[in-house]
Parts: sequence; structure tokens; C-alpha cells
Amino acid sequence: MLEVSGLDAAYGRARILFDVSFEAHAGQVAVLLGRNGAGKSTTLKCIIGLVRPRSGEIRFDGRPIQHLQPYQIARLGVGYVPEDRRIFTDLTVMENLEIGRQPPREGAPRWTPAKLFELFPNLGRMQDRLGARMSGGEQQMLTIARTLMGNPRAILLDEPSEGLAPVIVEQMARTIRELKAQGLTVLLCEQNLHFARLVADRAYVIEKGQLRRSGTLDEVREEYQQV
Amino acid sequence: MGSVPFFFMSASSILIQFLNGLASASSLFLVAAGLSLIFGVTRIVNFAHGSLFMLGMYLAVALAPMLGFWWSVPLAALAVAAFGALVEATLLRRLYAAPELLQLLATFALVLVIKDFTLWAWGPEDLLGPRAPGMDGAVRIAGLRYPEYDLFLIGFGPLVLGALWFLLRRTRWGTLVRAATQDREMAGALGVNQRWLFTSVFALGALLAGLGGAVQIPREPATLFIDLQIISDAFVVVVVGGLGSIPGAFLAALLIAEIKSFCIGLGYSKITLVVEFIVMAVVLVIRPWGLLGRMPAQSRGPGTVELPLAFPTRKALAALGGMAMMLALVPLLSAGYTLVLLTDILVFALFAVSLHFIMGPGGLHSFGHAAYFGLGAYGAGLLLLKGGLPMELALALAPLLAVCGALVFGWFCVRLSGVYLAMLTLAFAQITWSVMFQWDAFTGGSNGLIGIWPSSWLSSKTAYYYLTLATCVGAIALLWRVLHAPFGYALRAGRDSPLRADAIGIDVRAQQWAAFVFAGLFAGLAGALFAFSKGSISPEALAVPRSVDGLVMVLLGGIQTLTGPVWGAALLTWLQDAVSRGIDYWRAVMGAIVLVLVLVFPQGVTGFLRERFAR
Amino acid sequence: MTVLAIRNLAKAYGGVQAVRDVSFVVAAGELLAMIGPNGAGKTTCFNMLNGQVTPDAGSVEFEGRSLLGLTPRQIWRLGVGRTFQITATFGSMTVRENVQMALLSHHRRLWSLTALATRSYADDADALLARVGMREQADRPCAVLAYGDLKRVELAVALANRPRLLLMDEPTAGMAPRERNELMQLAAELARSGGIAVLFTEHDMDVVFTHADRVIVLSGGELIAAGRPDAVRADARVREVYLGTGDA
Repeated sequence: MLEVSGLDAAYGRARILFDVSFEAHAGQVAVLLGRNGAGKSTTLKCIIGLVRPRSGEIRFDGRPIQHLQPYQIARLGVGYVPEDRRIFTDLTVMENLEIGRQPPREGAPRWTPAKLFELFPNLGRMQDRLGARMSGGEQQMLTIARTLMGNPRAILLDEPSEGLAPVIVEQMARTIRELKAQGLTVLLCEQNLHFARLVADRAYVIEKGQLRRSGTLDEVREEYQQV
Repeated sequence: MGSVPFFFMSASSILIQFLNGLASASSLFLVAAGLSLIFGVTRIVNFAHGSLFMLGMYLAVALAPMLGFWWSVPLAALAVAAFGALVEATLLRRLYAAPELLQLLATFALVLVIKDFTLWAWGPEDLLGPRAPGMDGAVRIAGLRYPEYDLFLIGFGPLVLGALWFLLRRTRWGTLVRAATQDREMAGALGVNQRWLFTSVFALGALLAGLGGAVQIPREPATLFIDLQIISDAFVVVVVGGLGSIPGAFLAALLIAEIKSFCIGLGYSKITLVVEFIVMAVVLVIRPWGLLGRMPAQSRGPGTVELPLAFPTRKALAALGGMAMMLALVPLLSAGYTLVLLTDILVFALFAVSLHFIMGPGGLHSFGHAAYFGLGAYGAGLLLLKGGLPMELALALAPLLAVCGALVFGWFCVRLSGVYLAMLTLAFAQITWSVMFQWDAFTGGSNGLIGIWPSSWLSSKTAYYYLTLATCVGAIALLWRVLHAPFGYALRAGRDSPLRADAIGIDVRAQQWAAFVFAGLFAGLAGALFAFSKGSISPEALAVPRSVDGLVMVLLGGIQTLTGPVWGAALLTWLQDAVSRGIDYWRAVMGAIVLVLVLVFPQGVTGFLRERFAR
Repeated sequence: MTVLAIRNLAKAYGGVQAVRDVSFVVAAGELLAMIGPNGAGKTTCFNMLNGQVTPDAGSVEFEGRSLLGLTPRQIWRLGVGRTFQITATFGSMTVRENVQMALLSHHRRLWSLTALATRSYADDADALLARVGMREQADRPCAVLAYGDLKRVELAVALANRPRLLLMDEPTAGMAPRERNELMQLAAELARSGGIAVLFTEHDMDVVFTHADRVIVLSGGELIAAGRPDAVRADARVREVYLGTGDA
């Protein structure tokens, strides 16, 4: 579904990614494991088009997308959930969902606010609340719900467990498994092994901008812990 | 008309002044709302917004004879909107990723280009507009005659406010705009086409400015001065109302327009600016982000990473010393125009270095540094002519006037940051300019002061050149040395991370204030030297374009280099000298040069060279 | 010896009680972790200690002296160091210069126009950097440091003022597991050798239960548990509102 090959990226003169290649299969959860600064977030930003790669190819559903603008990539059916949530705090829950709204899409689950409120009952109880007045956990739910409003076929999640209480993290894992059950392809960045173990079908360890190892989570675990 | 104490005004004339204020507020609100809207989404403070207002005025005046007034107003506004969309799509779009300062500079270049375009198209004379057909009469209010058209304007402002509210709160476009205002990158990642959104917002903002200008034509003539006057008024409105708040802009426009109206009605039109200033000061002290504004969010995106400031190597110091020596030898070779030009260059080098002092290490982006230059220049002239002091004493004391200005203005400025600071510094400079421009009896008004000549022992070009050389080189060396002292480091600390600076006991505001005054002192010294080198001084010395010259010098040289401002000053002064002598529309040419520089060298020329040859 | 004593602290924002009746103490040489779900009031509590937020009620005493009404600057001068959740350093300066700034401030030399900043207290700065293991990187610009190293620089900066209390907001956020442990080990050593009281907030429970001497748990603005890590971990209420059951 999502194939990345030979990805190189840099901020100014500082190179961040070196020849990174991996793929996320349709309907599965792939996890990029790595510590802070390893290049995980940059990888996701390259896929969604927020960072322009220096070289390499990114294919979504067989089609190269590395030259497209973020909004074009989003409109092809790639959803992006950033690390720091980036909720529109001046907007209400419903307005935040409105920003993410895109027309229904072939081969992707079709989301409406009503369906999302089934998945995230908390949000349904605060439809008119401003983003600024929500707790971190609620914001994390909203940022995912907002992205789902675009009816994506694949979703990129940047450290969804960061900064959340352990109980909320467990909830988050259930949500991700639910999305997978609906047929969504999920690519996840994580440093939290406990969380990754709850959801991953396949894992890639990334360190200093290079891919170190790939396999099932159990296969790459040792490698990651040595990082 | 003499001045009348407030309590002698009749109730009816109070009412009329109040209505006058309401009518003026409408047009001001339109401009400020457009400015706020554009800033919200694109994060660009459009200095050319007053120029769009001016274009709207001239276009409406030009179209009215052909189409009639009521058609000319919306068409002029639409034409300005189309022009705005064009500017956004061809120019500003390339600058969204550039540093804030360069964006401001680019829109300022537009001011210059539009001004000369207007001059070329419609000539230098003021143009009177037609009256509004069907509304050219007057009605009786409380026994006094009041123009019908003004009543229409009173209703027009709230109407536009209502329309904007509906657009922003009740339509999908408005929701997208509000989202993009907060985080445009994220909106893009969610599938929102930003290009289209930005262009449409800019066009709407331009439409509002053009409309604001067009509806004014029955009330006041179109002039070439109106652009800067309106933009500084709009800045005051936006600062008072809160940047990004449309209702705030409305409230502040009312407040400012009423103040003006009552000052004029009471016969104190000359102190309008002072009262306006005091109101703004009070608002900012009580609510630093304006009446309805909020603290600006931290801007997103990778900040520019700067390298540590290394103390110049022995070699570099020797090279700089050698250069000063060479400059000292110039009079042996040439005594004519070269000396005059070099004197100018030295003066502006000091001006640019003093601006760089607060802008680079201090991070305080001043768009009104010419105010201190001008205060120094006027100080010199006034001390000599009105104070009867000897020239040497006048030169030494003149910078103190600049210090006084910097003490007062700086106190407010260091409470703000980023674009707020830029707007406030520009507004202060414009106020200072207006005072010098209007106070005929004391400052000579638009003619300025003449006969400011140095003492006889300095009267030769060579002698004055040596004085300038010694003073400027000494002052620049001093400014640079202070940057390497703990004071200069603390200043940079406050810029790099105010949070951390505060947490280790650095009083960031106090240090910035001191730096502001310090820079004002040296800008004033440059101004005083300038006044004696020319023998006269006019309000142009502290007009907004002079402030922008300073910015161009600093940016041209590269803001994060030590010696950059000196090179920038030399290049720009030489360029201006060459261009302004040969070409009629030199402002437009300057504007075009600035635009090209901004587009080609977003890191400044020295920055570009360093980048290029660093490998 | 009690360094910091918090009594009956309370704060409301627009009708919402963010913190209510919170009391605890921190002793010299002790690492106290403050944990709890998002919105529990940790940040508000923290900001009331360092002068950024004024409480509605209650008292904050540092070495017997009230901190209420003091600015962050004054609090620092009394001997309270801080590190931030997102590191805050001076990016345009070298590592050594960052520490020198803190030393210049400590010695009240910030307004000097004549000294050379880079030559002031350089040896003292190097000594501090050596204590946090950053001596070798002293000449590197802060802007290019790895995240974990920036955290160490922040520690060195905090130590420049000889603090008796160190406030650390999410000290290990954004770090890999090994880095986290190294940083907290360093903090613990510094605290014990220097008799410094450390109060930190933390989301990583491994860090909390490995390094904290005591733990306090906030939920809904109230203190719901306090004590040794093992006791807190076993507390039924803490498991319910925060730690979870361990199976998803």
C-alpha cells in the first residue's frame, strides 16, 4: 500500500535520513521504532509532503507521490496525525472535524461525526467545546478523529502514546486495532515498546536516519533495546 | 478656529463630532480588518496595505466620471482585489517560508513601487473626488446640518463587520481560514489547498483596503501621502484592537477615530497624534496584546539556527584596522565628491550598525529606527539655531534627544515582540515624523531647518570627513565590543530563549530597553553628524523610508554577521546616490531592487556569500 | 531536612478547579516524582512553585521563605534551578557559553560592558560541565547537540547557581530508554552528593519507579496518593485513574 525506497532527507545542511526503505502492507500496522531524533517524524513528514525529500521514491497504492503538495497527498487518501496533536484550539470539536472532511472514497471506511463519536464517546459529549479546553488525551482522540474525517485508506500516526497516561495508552491501542479491523493501513512511529507490542504487525528499527532492522516486533526488539 | 474647552461645546456639536468620528471609523476599520485578516492566515504584515487603500482612492476618482460614483466604488475595490491576488500569486507566495523580516521588507518595497506608479499614472497633485449622487445633501441633526453620506458611512462599517463575521463563523471557507490562521501547515496536511485559500484571503483583504479608500473620496482628496498615513493609523488600530481580532479592529477604529474627531472639533488638531499616542500607550500597558487580542502563539517551523558569535580573530581585527587606515588616507588622493559620498557612507554605517545592535543580537525588529536618527539631526539643528550653542556642544548633546525618544518609545517596544514590535516602532516613527512635519514654528515644518553648519575649523570637507571617520569608527568599534561583553551576551540570551533567560535571572526586558536606548544614542549621533554634513535637515531624515533604508542595509549585509551592516550601508548608500541622480522614479527602482534582493538572497548578501564559499 | 513545603495549594481557572488543597514536602537529597493523568493539575502545580502562576490559596515555602508573589527571576536567585519539558538553551551560543551566562548572572555581572563574556568564569563553567559529562563538548554550539546532551547542559546551567531545589518538568520526555535512565541517574547522583531536593513530573513509569524516592499522584486537581513507589504502584485508586490494569 505504502512503499518507501531510498529516502534521503535533510534540513538545510543537516542530513536526517539516509537511504531509508520500507513498506506498509494494506490492512496492517507497521511500526517505525527509534529514539528521539532518529528520523521517524521526518520520515512521516516526507510521506505526507511536509518535508521534501532530497531523493528517493514514495509510492502510495503504486503511484509516486513524493513530488506532490501535502493537500494533494491527503486528498489521495493518506491521513497524517502529528506528534504534537496540533489541534485547532480556537475551533470547536465539530469545526475541527469539518477541517478534515473530504468526500467519501472507494475502498476506505466512510466516516461521519456520528460514527466517530461511537469510536470516541468522549468527543461526542463535547461537540461544541473549544480545542483549547480539552485535556491532552481528549486532544489526541480529536486529532485522530479529525484525520479520519478525510476517509483515508492509510493513516500515519506519530507517537500517539507520547505524553498520555497509561490508561489512555491502552485505550489508544484498542482504537488502532479497531481501525485496522476496518481495513485501514496504519504506519506508526513509536519509542514505547510496550505500546508497539500491543499493535504492531511488522516493525522497523531506525537509528540516526538509517534503517537498522526489520521483522516482527519480537525479532527487532533486541536491536531496538541496544539503540 | 481657536481651541474650545470641552465643557463649552454645545450638546449638539458634541453629537456632531461624535458622528464624525463614527463616519471616519468605518473606513479605518475596513483597512485594519483587511490587514488583520491577511496577517492571520499568511503571517505577513502587509505594509503595502495603505498603498492598496491609496490605489482604491485614485481608481475610484478616475472611474467616477465614466461610470458614476456608485459604480466606481465597488469596481475600484474589485480592481484592487484583483491586484492583490496578483501580488500574492506572483510575489508573496515565494516568501511564505522566508524570515519574517524579509516578508515585511518585500511588502515595503511594494509601497515604494505603488507610490511611484500612482505618481506616474495620476500625477503629483491632490485629486478631488465627486460627491455621492443621491447622498450629496445634508440632514438636520439637533439643529445642525450633517452630510447624508456620512450617515451612510456610519452604517457601512457595522454592515461590513457583520458580513465578515458571517463569512468567518458560518461558512466552510471561514472555518478553513480560522484553522489556517492557527496552523496552516496542519490544515494543508488535512487536505486543505492553501494556495487557493491564501490567494483568496489576500484578495479579500485587498478588497477591504480598496473599498476603504474608495468610500473615502467624497470626504477627502486622494493624495500621495495617504498610504503611509493610513498604514500607520491602521497599525495603531490593530495594535490597540489586537492583531487578528476583527471585532477588536472595529472597536479600536471607533476609539481612534473618535479621539481624532474630538481633538479636531475642539481645535486641538495638532495634538491629535499625542493623544492618540497616549491612548495607545495606556491600552498597551493594561492589555499588551490589544483590547481583544491574545498573546500570539509561538510561530511554527524550523527557526533559523545561528552560529555562535566568535570574537574577531587577530587577522580580522588587523584587516578592519587596515581599512580604517586606508579610509584615513583617502583625502590625500581626492578632495571632491568622493569625500562627500564617503562621509555619507560612514554616517549610515553607524546608523546601520546601531540598528543591527538591537535587531541582530537583540532580536528587536525595529521599523522605525530613523526616528532616533532624525531626533539626533533635529537635536543638532535646534541646539545650534534655537539654543545658540556652539556646534561642538550641539553635536555632543544632540544624541541625548534621541536617547529621550528611545527611553519613552523603547519602554513600550520591549513589551512586545515580533510583528507587534515592528508595527509599533513604525507607528512611533511616523508620529515623530508628523510632529516635525507639522510643528512649523519650531521645526520649520516641511521645509525643515537650514544653516546648520559646522564650526569654521571643521568647515572644509576634509576636516569634516576626519571628524566623521573618527567618530563613526570609534562608535562602531564600541558597539561591536559591547556585543562581546556580558551585556551583549545577555541580550542574545534573551533573544535565543526568553524562557531560559528569565529562569537564570536575566531581566530580559530591562536589558532590551537599555540596548534600545544605547542604539538610539548612536543613531542620534549619526543623525547629528548627518545634519552638520548637509547644513540642513528636513523631515525626510526621519521619514519611514529612512527607517527602511536602515533595514535594507542590515539585511543586505546579513543580519547575523558582525560587519555585514557596514557593507550593506556602503552598498546601499552608493546605489542610492547613483540611482537617485539619474532616474525620475528612483523610489520604484529602489523598490524593485529590494524585491529582487529579497527573492534572490533570502539570507542577505554576506549570508549568501558565506553559504556559497563555506564548503 | 525539608527544603520545599507546599500547604493547601489551590487554583481555579474560569470556574474549573485545576488544583485543590494540595500539600506535600520535599527533603534535601530526595527525588520526588509528581505523576497523574493529563489535566490532573501537575503543570498548574509546577507553575505555582516557580512563580509563573499565582495560587488562589495556600502557601509555598522554600527553606522557610514564602515564594508567593516572587518572579521566576527572584525565585532563581534564592536557589531554585529548573529544567524545561522542551529544552530551553541559548542556541546561538556554545555549550560553555550557556553555562557562563548562568554564572555571570549568579555573580551579577550581566550588565558589564567591558568584560569579555567568553573569558568570564570559563573554568567554573568547565567544572560544571565535567560534572554532567559534557566537558568534551564544551565548544560545540548548543544548536547542534543531541537531545539528551541538551538535557545535560540544562542540568549544568541549573547547577551554576548552587541550587538547593531543582524543579524538572518532564525531564525524560522525548528520550530513548537508555538515555532516560542515564539522565535520571545523573540527577540522582547530583541530588544526593549535593543535598539537592529534586521535584519532577514524569510520564514514563519505568523512570518514576526506578529513580524516585517518593511519588505523589494528582488526579482531578487533588492529591490522591503519596508514598514510596511500591506502595503507590499497588494503590487501587491510582491503578484505576492512572496506571491502568496492565492488559489492554
